[in-house]
Parts: sequence; structure tokens; C-alpha cells
Amino acid sequence: MHPVLSTVLQRLGLGLATLLAVSIIIFISIELLPGDFGQIVLGQAATKETVAAFRLELGLDKPSYLRYFDWVVGVVQGDLGQSFSGRAASGQDRSREVAELIGPRLKNTLFLAGITALISVPLALLLGISTALYRNSIYDRSINATTLTTISFPEFFVAYILILFLSSLNQWLPSLANVDAATPLDERLLRVALPVLTLTLVIIAHMMRMTRAAIINLLASPYIQMAQLSGASRTEVIIKHALPNAWAPIATVIAFNLAYLVVGVVVVEVVFVYPGIGQLMVDAVTTRDIPVVQGCALIFAVTYILLNLIADIIGIITNPRLLHPK
Amino acid sequence: MWLIGFFIRPVVFVMNKSSERGNLLLDVKDLKIQGFSDEKWHDIIKGIDLRLHRGEIMGLIGESGAGKSTLGLAAMGYTQPGCRITGGNIYFDGVDLANLSDVQKRNFWGDRMTYVAQSAAASFNPAHRLILQTTASTIRSGAKSKDQAYSDAMDLYKELNLPDPQNIGDRYPHQVSGGQLQRVMTAMAMSPRPDLIVFDEPTTALDVTTQVEVLSAMRKIVEKFNTAAIYITHDLAVVAQMADYIKVLRYGKEVEEAPTREMLSSPKEEYTKSLWSVRSLEKAEQQKSESVLSLEGIDAAYGSAKVLFDVSIEVAKGTTVSVVGESGSGKSTTARVITGLLPQSAGSVTFDGEELPKVLKDRTKEQKRRIQMIYQMADTAMNPRQTVGEIIGRPLEFYLNMRGVDKRNRTLELLEMIELNGEFLQRLPSELSGGQKQRVCIARALAANPDFIICDEVTSALDQIVQEGILKLLLRLQKDLGLAYLFITHDISTVKAISDQVVVMNQGEVVEQGQKTDVFQPPHPAYTELLLSSVPDMDPDWLTNLNAARQ
Amino acid sequence: MSQETHSYSANAENANFSERRSVWDNFKLELRKSPFTARFGIIIILLYALVAVFAPALAPYGQAQVFPSPYDPWSSTHIFGTDQIGRDVFSRMIYGARNTVGIAVATTFLSFLIGGTLGLAAAIDRRWIDQILSRSVDVLMAIPSLIFALVLLSIFGSTITSLIIIIAVLDSTRVFRLTRSVAVNVVVMDYVEAARLRGEGLGWIMRREILPNIMPPLIAEFGLRFCFVFLTIAALSFLGVGIQPPTADWGSMVRENANLLQFAQYDLRAGLTPLLPAAAIALLTVAVNFVVDWFLHKTSGLRDE
Repeated sequence: MHPVLSTVLQRLGLGLATLLAVSIIIFISIELLPGDFGQIVLGQAATKETVAAFRLELGLDKPSYLRYFDWVVGVVQGDLGQSFSGRAASGQDRSREVAELIGPRLKNTLFLAGITALISVPLALLLGISTALYRNSIYDRSINATTLTTISFPEFFVAYILILFLSSLNQWLPSLANVDAATPLDERLLRVALPVLTLTLVIIAHMMRMTRAAIINLLASPYIQMAQLSGASRTEVIIKHALPNAWAPIATVIAFNLAYLVVGVVVVEVVFVYPGIGQLMVDAVTTRDIPVVQGCALIFAVTYILLNLIADIIGIITNPRLLHPK
Repeated sequence: MWLIGFFIRPVVFVMNKSSERGNLLLDVKDLKIQGFSDEKWHDIIKGIDLRLHRGEIMGLIGESGAGKSTLGLAAMGYTQPGCRITGGNIYFDGVDLANLSDVQKRNFWGDRMTYVAQSAAASFNPAHRLILQTTASTIRSGAKSKDQAYSDAMDLYKELNLPDPQNIGDRYPHQVSGGQLQRVMTAMAMSPRPDLIVFDEPTTALDVTTQVEVLSAMRKIVEKFNTAAIYITHDLAVVAQMADYIKVLRYGKEVEEAPTREMLSSPKEEYTKSLWSVRSLEKAEQQKSESVLSLEGIDAAYGSAKVLFDVSIEVAKGTTVSVVGESGSGKSTTARVITGLLPQSAGSVTFDGEELPKVLKDRTKEQKRRIQMIYQMADTAMNPRQTVGEIIGRPLEFYLNMRGVDKRNRTLELLEMIELNGEFLQRLPSELSGGQKQRVCIARALAANPDFIICDEVTSALDQIVQEGILKLLLRLQKDLGLAYLFITHDISTVKAISDQVVVMNQGEVVEQGQKTDVFQPPHPAYTELLLSSVPDMDPDWLTNLNAARQ
Repeated sequence: MSQETHSYSANAENANFSERRSVWDNFKLELRKSPFTARFGIIIILLYALVAVFAPALAPYGQAQVFPSPYDPWSSTHIFGTDQIGRDVFSRMIYGARNTVGIAVATTFLSFLIGGTLGLAAAIDRRWIDQILSRSVDVLMAIPSLIFALVLLSIFGSTITSLIIIIAVLDSTRVFRLTRSVAVNVVVMDYVEAARLRGEGLGWIMRREILPNIMPPLIAEFGLRFCFVFLTIAALSFLGVGIQPPTADWGSMVRENANLLQFAQYDLRAGLTPLLPAAAIALLTVAVNFVVDWFLHKTSGLRDE
């Protein structure tokens, strides 16, 4: 088999194994709950029978490996189980499906993250590469100092500063990002403006610094000096000599920061009361609605693993040593 | 010598831009370069003149830190990041490169002057095919069309004895061997038919048998196109084969310059003379006596890769056995088996009559004490956070239970044995020179009162003059303390200087072993012959004669 | 021109010998040459430490002391006003230095204890210990740590102990990776092999041969990890699942007073109140980053060039 293919398959297998391990960890979390949690979920007034019925519904009578199997099969089919909330001590069950809760919110989150990525990735790469090329210039130094400061700021600090200036002192942008399915696109864009701006500022700082470091590392290679000594111009050195070897590190930087973006989303959604999956998860943690927490965590983890996997594969298929085996 | 060459070599290939041989091409005047380190500017080149005529080859030699690479690059008007030219001129064909901008200099680079780097593996871009990189600057300058440049590159590959010259250029750098890559880089340097090529230690990273092929190829092609060259190396014998003139550098200054033959036969300066001296050191050979260590039928493997095959070696008390071989010959692995770091899969190690347990863990403290080891890189063999006193004192404390004044006195005694004084007790390794570091490592080994010391390439990282000191010290200690050495090295002249018996290894097997005089006496097994004949002599005709003999 | 004589002396060989100084002298010397940013960072860190230690003496009121008037404006009695249930914001800021920073420091120490020890062990024993630990860490790191923390907090509840343990364990994966990777580079050094050949035990090799040589990167990492832990805990508290009331904590203070922001156009100072604890977090992180930057520059000898 061609080494590229075998390496890619190997990496895919590893990704799958990681996913499996992660699903086990997330599943086990429900096992770690204290024994009386049924009582807690249903309230002190719940009768023994309703608690027992609840336990039966969760399948606590079955051995855990069977339940894990059921759960995984469900997840693969898009069934993430029933939410804990909406259950009453009387045994009346108004709980909703987790998948149903997550669905529309996931769309919102992807919308927010997608727009942020569209703006921040090209901008960060541009800044990172240009500062690496003109390193130690005034331009580089000032951008560096700025980003070092920005990465030290908590996301909510950046968010509130923006709200203070753009929404509170001057009513230019809305500070609440409450959208729903009926909100038209232009309105939607206006409402997510501040969350997107916040996320972009935070992500760009990280991504730009990492891009810069990766490019500088690359430019220190002996073959770059060799290219200079063979008379290649600055542009030629960058385009023909550095760039073909830069895909792997750049893909890693992008994947890392997009994964970071996914996490940053949680805080930003809460600040701007944006109905995304991050806010849902935080609410679920507060009310200890474990199935929802599990569902959200699984989605975050899958995104994270997928992004890293894609970066790995880009690294593999652009590696000349693998592309052209001995 | 170049004058003779002028008459002998017909100037047939006048494809290069040089009008004729003999005009002044490069004239470096009072060049000064500084480098930035430790937040300060330091002088690296302290005012050097260099004149090179068309068709001449100038050898630059010197020890590490002499500034030879910096000077070589500066001859092209290039300074490495963190360096700057602070004075002087570099006239190349009448143009002062020191005053040109990078953009202006680029017109010269890759066209009229080219560069061959030490590590070809790192200096080729992994993403492009070799022929593309070979011809890039020629095509860029417009001197040749793509097709012309490609077919010329194939001719050059052929000229350089590369296998399959028509197709080797389609490969990627990681697909060819180090020696081949170095020749491709020479082709790349020659492709634009430059006026000047700078060779920066092009064979240092190669094994001796490969080095010969690369040297021959390089010399052939430089002669053929009558290109002027600067050849940088620390190896005198190598430079003797390549250069018409030799310039000796030390501490960023010129020591002396002379035509190669004159320089070899009658060097004027003390320093230059001292560079020759290690070659003159020779040990009177001792006959085999009672053995202290013997390996019998050793097989060993790293995981599933078998690296030693049926190795048997015997070391007699108070004598030196040298193990010679190229990289991958298994000589260092043999040392790891003896020390117990790599348990053998078959065979036995007997020390002073008793068989040693295979694994280090199972050996007694006494067994560990009696076998000591000295490493190639003294830099990494000493903990940078411990003082010399602590380094030498630890074995005293650990093996011999010495404490307090006893320990201190013995440490001072050991320092005296390695010709260092008590002031060194408090120093850290970073505050020692290369030779001093290796001496401290020797003292650490001696502290255990061993019977047997493994010396793993102990002099190969050191400058010539320092090597001599270390070898003399080792010989004296052997005489005084009756030590036996297993001396691992790839350097034949060191073998001649120190050994009683010699073991030649190749690809995990012992090719030949015996008394030094016997091994160096023909007839040899084929590999020994190849190895011995590949080691350059200090004779400028050596390569010519060798190639004639091998034809 | 050769002033060197042929007679060779090992004592006279050239080497850079620097004068021996105490650690403190060295520090003072370095500090004198240090850039403005590093000095600024050190002063800020010291200031925070002082406030944290002497919090009860410095704060005019208790951290949970409630006054009858919520959302009081800035005044001489309440320098930064009062919060939504009438607690003195200035006092809570001061106590916050003790609580938020203290918890973050404790967490970082714990995470280094776990990650550092395991990382060293994995680096020395490159067989099954390393395999098991490295693979587990790979899996743990496949889940974003904030998300993982949320999952665990939903199970174990948001007590300070569980917060410290959860964050420390999650963060120790990164400490493990760093320790392992720097230690692996040291373990392959000949001096470690020499110590092994001498017959030294594992303890000696860890403490005397390896640890002193990996301290500089570990110290720098400590600073960076602290920032990360500090920001994570602040984010969790801000989300309402970290440090719980009535303990004064900067992250939750931001959330509690966030409503005031919309009054900024009427009273700018009221609008600034929720930004004060956020700024306190940011300032300390910036300060630590500045110091780490300088330290890395000093110890690695690496330059951008």
C-alpha cells in the first residue's frame, strides 16, 4: 500500500480509537453519580416507585457494558437520550429529547463559529506571516506586544470592554445576541457582530503568534539559507521554498485554534446570551442535567478530534517523504 | 602548483564567464566581522586579507571557532543572521560586495558564485525534485533554457559519477544517500558555471569510504571547468588533495598562507607545525598477555534489527585494543554490550576470569567499578549543573566511600594526574575548554580505580592539537596505572598512535583483528583494504595516485 | 604572529570562566539589565501577593458583609460601590486576590506535582509506564479541558476542593507532556548513562542528574500554566459553576455585576464596576506573561533570529 494511504488510514484508526475512549469517559460520568441522584433529580417528594421507574428508564438494572452499548448505538442513530429536566416528583414526565434540545442550538453555534473562522483565519495567517517576514521591525514588535496582552485577557473581559464601548456608551451594536429560527439573516448578522468580534480578537492573537513562530522556525532551515545563497529573491524564497513545507505546521495552527474557538464559544455565548450549545451546556451543568451535558460534551469532543485529525491528514499528504517513498 | 596545472590542463570548456585563468577574481581586504551573542557583539573575523585568482582553489583550514566558515560565506558577501561586516572590502571581479544591498548581491549569488553546504540532507528543500533544485538558479538567470539546463544537469551528474544520471534528478532529496546528495549539490553549484564555488566542509559528515568518491568527483569537475573555489575544512589531508594554496586561520586571524606543497613540507609557524604533530605520535606495540576482558561469539539486536554478528574480541591487561569502523559498523554497540546497557542475545562477556551478567542491573558494584567509560562528547558526558569537584568526587564517594578531606585530597590528586590544578574544583563544565572537559571525564573514570576503560571516540570532537594532548595523557596513564583500553574510533591515524591490537568492524561483524603491525601490513581483507586506502594522506598526490590505482 | 608556544598546557587552555555568584546576586544583576516589561510584571506580581497575604488587614469590610443598599455608586464609604446584594465591591476585590489567586496557585502546584512526577517517571522508564501514561494523556487531551471540566463539575458539584482537583488533574496532562519531552532530552545525555553505569539508583538520577537540568523550562511552564489555570477557573466562576458564593472571587464578581454595564452611559463609574475584577484578572495574567517571556529569553538563549 502507498505509505500516504497507510499512514492516513492509521491516523483515522487512531482517531476512531480516541473517539471510542472519549465516549467511554463521557459515559462513565453517569456511573460516578451518587446513588441517590434519582431522588435529587426528581425532588424530595418523589415516591419510591417513581424513583424506581426512573432508574429503570435509565437502565440502571442492567450491567454497565450493556448500557454503554445501548447508549453508543443510540448516539450513532442520533438519539442522545432524555433530558433530566422537566421531570416531576409525581412521575409525570415532560422531559424532552436531548437531540431535540441540541439541534437548533448547534446550528446557531456553528453559525457563530463559522463566521468567526471566516474572518479570523485569513487575517491571522496574514498577520502571522507578515510579522515573521519583517520580524523585529516596529510593526512586528507592536503587533507582538498587542497580542501578548490580548492572550492574557479572559474572553469575558474582552467581551465586556467591547460592550462598554460599542453598545453601552455608544449604541452601535446590540449587546444581546438573542436570535431564534425566525430571525432574518441580516438581523442575525447584526446581533452576532459583538460575539464574533470578541471571538475574533481572542483567536487572532493566539493564531497569529503560533503562525509567526511556525514560519520563523521554518525560515531557520538550512535549505532556506541555501535558497538565499543561490540568488532567490525574498518572494521566491517564501513561495517556492518555505510555503510547500509550511502546510503541515499551518494546518496544525489552524486546527488548534479552531478547536480553541469551539471552547471560547462557551463563555462568549453566556456573555451575549446567545442561544448556542455552549450556553445550553453551562445551564445543564448548573442543573446537573447529565444527559444534556453528555450530549454537548460529545459534540465538542468530536469536533475537537475531527479538526486535529484533518490537520494531521493535511500534514501527511503534504509530506514529501511520505508522498515519494524511497 | 597552479602554474603547472595551467599548462597541463587544457582550457577546453570555456563556457564559464571567466575570460582567462589567472586574473584576480576575489580580493578581500582587511575584512572584519562581528557576531552577536550573550547580548554583545564579538569579533569573529579580525582583519583578514584573501586573494584568489581565476581557476585557483584556496583551502581554508582551522579549528572550530577559527572563523573559517564565516570567512567563506563572507567571500560571497553573505553574512549569517546575527553577524555583521564591520570593516574592510570584498572585491569580486572589481565590485565591492561589502557595499552592495542584498538585492544587488542576489545577482551574483547562484549565478557567478555558488555554495556547497556541509549538510546536503538539510540544505536541499525536501519538497522539490533534485533536478529542479539543481537548475533553479541557472534557469532563473536566463543563461540556459529549461531543456538545456536539464540536459546539462544530467551531464554533470554523469561527470560526478552519480548512478543513473538520466533519472536521478527526478528523485527527492530523502530518496538518495548522503554521499550522492553531496555530489548533486556540487552539480547544483556547477550548473550556472560560476566563477567561484565555496565548499563549506562538504565531506565532514561522510564516512571515509564515501568521502573519497565525493572528493574525487568534486576535484574532477572543478578542474574540468577551471572554476575558482574556496574549500573550507578542518582536515589537513583532505585540503591537501583539493587546494592549490592553503590559508591557516586561528581565532579569526590568518596564521600563514602558502602553496599546498610548501605548507605541507615546511610550515613556518609554530601553530601550523603543531597541527601536524598528532600524525607523528606512535605507540611502541605491546604483545598480547593475560587477558582482562574477552567477548566470545556476541550477537546483539535493537528490537528485531540484529546489529552484531558473532563478535569475539580479547583485551589483554595493560594494552589498548582499537576498534575501527565506519558508522553502522557496530563498534559502539559492542561497547554497550560490554557495559551491560544492551544485553547480548548470544555469547558471553568475561572480565578478569568471571563471566559478567548480561544486564547492568545484575552486576555487582565492584564489577561496575572496574569497567569505566569515556565518551565522545565531553559536553554531554558531564552534568552541566555539577562542578568539577562534584563530578570527580561522586565515584570516590559512591565506590570507595571517601568523604570529607580524604575525598578532597584524592580529587586534587586526580586533577593533578590529568594536568589540571586545584582551581578547577569549583568550575562548571561550561567554564572548561573542550580538552579540559575531556580530561575531567578521564579523571572521573580514574576515580573509580578501574582496570579497563572504554574510550568511545574520545578525541574525534577535539581540535588536532588538543587531541594530541589527550592521547599522550591516555598513554601515560596506561603506563603508570596498567590500564587496559578499548579504543573505539574511525580515525586511522589515532589508531596508529595509540593501539597494540586492532579490530576492524563492518556491518556488525569483525572483518579482521590482530596486532597493529599485522593489521596494517598487506595483504588485507577487501574491506580493510578499502577502509585503509580511503583515509587521506597528507600527500597532495594521494588522491591522484589512489584513483589511478583503483582504476 | 603566533604568540602561542608549542609547549602545551591543559591549565592554560582557553575557556570562559565566569565569576561565581550567589543566586540572589545573579538575580539582582539580571534584574538591572531586565526590560521594562519584566520589571513591571515583577512589581505587579509582588503587589498581588502582598494584597493576597494581608487581605483581612487591607479590606475595609468583610467579603460576605451585606449592606442595606445594593448597587451603591462609588463613594468614600464604598470606594467601588456595592454589588447586587449590597456587599462592598472594593473589599471583595481584595479578598478576591486571596481566593482566586490562591486557588489558582494551589491548583497549579498540584498539577505540577502530578504531571511532573509522572512525566519524569515516563521519561526514565520508556517502556510500559510511558506507554500507558502517554496514551491516557492523549485521550484526556482529546477533550477540550474546559468542556471536560464542565462534565466533571456537573457530576462532582462545584466545591472548591473538587474544582482544584479537577482542574489540576486536567491541567497535569499538559505538564506531563512538557516534563516528559524535556526530560527525555536529558535522559539520553551521556551523563545520565554514566550515572546509570556507575550504578546510581533511580532517586539519585531523578533528583541530581535530571531535575536540575529541566528546571528552567519547568519554571517558565509554571508561569504559563498558572495563567491558563487562573483563566480557566475565572471562566468557570464566571459561568457560575466555579467558585461559589459567598466566597469573593473575581470571575463570579464580573457575572454578578455585569448588569451595571448598561448604565455606563448614565454613570461611567458604575459601568466600570464589572470590569474591575476582569481587569484584575487580566493585569495579573499580563504581568506573569511578561515575566515568563523575559525568563524564557534569558534561559533558553533562543532568539528569534
